[in-house]
Amino acid sequence: MSYEVRDDSGYAVVELTGDVDLSASPEARSAILGCLAQARNVLVDLSRVTYIDSSGVASLVEGYQTAKKGRLRFGLIGVSEAALSVLKLARLDKVFPIHATINERIRADG
Amino acid sequence: MTGQRILKVKFPADPRILRKVREHVRAACERGGCCEQVVSQIVLAVNEACSNIIRHAYKGSSTGEIILEIFNNGRELEFHLRDFAEPVDLTSIGPRDPREIKPGGLGTLFIREIMDDCAYGHVQGKAGNFLHMKKRIA
Repeated sequence: MSYEVRDDSGYAVVELTGDVDLSASPEARSAILGCLAQARNVLVDLSRVTYIDSSGVASLVEGYQTAKKGRLRFGLIGVSEAALSVLKLARLDKVFPIHATINERIRADG
Repeated sequence: MTGQRILKVKFPADPRILRKVREHVRAACERGGCCEQVVSQIVLAVNEACSNIIRHAYKGSSTGEIILEIFNNGRELEFHLRDFAEPVDLTSIGPRDPREIKPGGLGTLFIREIMDDCAYGHVQGKAGNFLHMKKRIA
């Protein structure tokens, strides 16, 4: 897995690429929580995720909960089919704010 | 009746090897005639089982080994995982409540959701633990 962080429209967009499994999720978790620790709103871009397991999903849950505690905005964008099927299995697809694109998210923010 | 063995792999309890294990499992299930959706679910469940062994049985040490065997009897695939770690507390293994939003317990939840049957135990007379899982394919 690799990741990139970019600033876009008031969000730190954390784009994950590849397989987010037990070997990669500590890095994903660190990237997400690192942005939140800087009091940045975070969107995790999952469009290039080819596989995600429970450890990867746990990183997203931690991000979601940390953002909530810190009154920061958090969400997922461009969720790939592979990632969406796992989020559905975890019954988290209705928990995370999910949008197709960052523009869609910004419109939803009002 | 476990059927014909279609895969046997022995690998180190190292998270970096999981990708390769997933490829082996995917190929075996495709050979077994499973559809793409079922293959992906099985790959996830077996990955979670291996991850749990690495994290909880070997406690993150990559010096241990795991053996994975897959059997096909035409009606179901059977997955046998075995480690050589200290016996784990079987009462501590359980899925989280799916209504809870918390990071832990998801792997076991995935296994229970995907597989039709699973059984944990200690290897009698030897060190180690086993996990047997079954998935109907016909």
